[in-house]
Amino acid sequence: MANYATVRGFLLVLAIVLPISGALLSLVLGGRHAERVVLILMPAGLTIAVVIGAAVWSTHNALQYFVGNWAPPLGIAYRADGLSAAMMIATAVLVCGIGLFARSQFASPQEAETRSPLVFWTLLMAVWGALNAVFIGSDLFNLYVALELLTFAAVPLVSLDGRAETLEAALRYLLFALLGSILYLLGAVLLYGAYGTLDIVLLSSRIQPGPVAWAAVSLMTAGLLAKAALFPFHLWLPPAHAGAPAPASALLSGLVVKAPFFLVIRLWFDVMTRFPEPAAAQLLGGLGAAAIIFGSVLALRQVRLKLLIAYSTVAQIGYLFLMFPLAINPQTGHPWGSTAWTGGVLQAISHAFAKAAMFMAAGLIAEALGHDRIAGLAGVGRVLPITVFAFALGGLSLMGLPPSGGFVAKAMLLTAAVAGGQWWWAVVVLTGGLLAGGYVFLVLAQALADASEPLNLLSIISPGRQVVVAVLALGAVLLGFVPLRPFELLQIGHPDLAMGGLR
Amino acid sequence: MTGATLYGLCAAVLVGLGLFGLIVHPQPLRKILAFNLIGSGVFVLFGAVALRGAAAGFGGDPVPQALVITGIVVAFAATALAVALLLRLFR
Repeated sequence: MANYATVRGFLLVLAIVLPISGALLSLVLGGRHAERVVLILMPAGLTIAVVIGAAVWSTHNALQYFVGNWAPPLGIAYRADGLSAAMMIATAVLVCGIGLFARSQFASPQEAETRSPLVFWTLLMAVWGALNAVFIGSDLFNLYVALELLTFAAVPLVSLDGRAETLEAALRYLLFALLGSILYLLGAVLLYGAYGTLDIVLLSSRIQPGPVAWAAVSLMTAGLLAKAALFPFHLWLPPAHAGAPAPASALLSGLVVKAPFFLVIRLWFDVMTRFPEPAAAQLLGGLGAAAIIFGSVLALRQVRLKLLIAYSTVAQIGYLFLMFPLAINPQTGHPWGSTAWTGGVLQAISHAFAKAAMFMAAGLIAEALGHDRIAGLAGVGRVLPITVFAFALGGLSLMGLPPSGGFVAKAMLLTAAVAGGQWWWAVVVLTGGLLAGGYVFLVLAQALADASEPLNLLSIISPGRQVVVAVLALGAVLLGFVPLRPFELLQIGHPDLAMGGLR
Repeated sequence: MTGATLYGLCAAVLVGLGLFGLIVHPQPLRKILAFNLIGSGVFVLFGAVALRGAAAGFGGDPVPQALVITGIVVAFAATALAVALLLRLFR
């Protein structure tokens, strides 16, 4: 493999260094300039992500960068394949949207520095840098550090307003996340002890099926499931995501929980690529199905809007893990070519857009009405029409109705399930769609109803913020115009393996 | 029983004790201490791996030693964040 210490490889370094240095610069310059630093860095970071995607697409090969020009196993490699590039572009777009939305809520104060805006903007940059580090890392210990950075940056965002419930939710999130990362580290130690390297590409050629590999991958997967809030480790997510301020909830639900899922993909499809385990994948899919059913049923029972959206996140994360039993089928050839692969990744990206839009819409509604009880939403449709429209578009993607990214993702998962002979996952996907329709209509019916008495609004919401939310929701819908077949960008990175798959 | 095996078994006992404590105790401070116990177990395991993988001329494999130092720093930062949240919660 060539040594890409060129400009293109250096883009990978920039993708991590730029947000992190933005976070450090915000701390140094102080609260009044933090917002300005972020506003300058957002388009720069988005450009870098798009250029990385274009470079991966044009060369049809993964971008690599060896730190210090030392190749593994001595040195550390960064690798951006098609999947990384897609996730990085989605992350950049979402962070820009969240930053624009949060400008009025966390505006820089004129006279003295206040803590809340400084912390928000700094942590937004830190989360962005950590996410990029997770998506392009190719060394298991480097990925551990990136995961920990992500957790430490995400936990304070939960308790930004300092109330007792959010502090408790943040502490519970931190404890679950620490359990996850220490189990991950334990698995990494076992792998190093057995095979002498932690680089993903080298490990994939050295690893052998046996007690060490199975124990290590099981421990790491269990740890990552705790961080990704898959059933039964989902207990921390609803209070944490509902208690955070709206832009922080959008970031947490949309992007932060996707990073551990991404690492499970790296483990199962890139490290254990020569030894697929269909039985273990069925177990993972079973947990995902339980998450879908439990999360959706609990969402139907919620009284508060933000808690409903948070339980909906628990359910939609279950869809992501349905991808494993469907893509790892040894008979369809390499998982990269399979329809389920594209479906799973598209579900991750379109859910990120839809959930971010829904959380931000809920935040605007709560700001306008002063509360977020679903029963008291009557009349909001007249007052905040664009916001409710954005919420409805996000719900469209969650339900899996065309045209939306969620529809394409779930249709691909259904096709993969039926064509692969695993019809039970198709039943789960359809049931989940019905339940999602239930809780989305629960909210929309209230919001579009006429109020019995005129609403007294606590504050006027500017149309600009509503438009930002609507644009993100439209992003989820636009993803529905992706052609209904395996997406080539996501396959880039394994040129030596044939693209099998469902025709 | 070689030194590395003994350290490895000790690490396993630490991880087991820590996991038990993390799951069983409801108080957050006990959970934080249990997490530190698991962390210590993982670091001892790193040491055992370093001892076992010692190449000719070196006392121990240097890579796990470097990883342990980074791991200790990360675990310390995690504990600091958790304790800060706990203190804030109980004020």
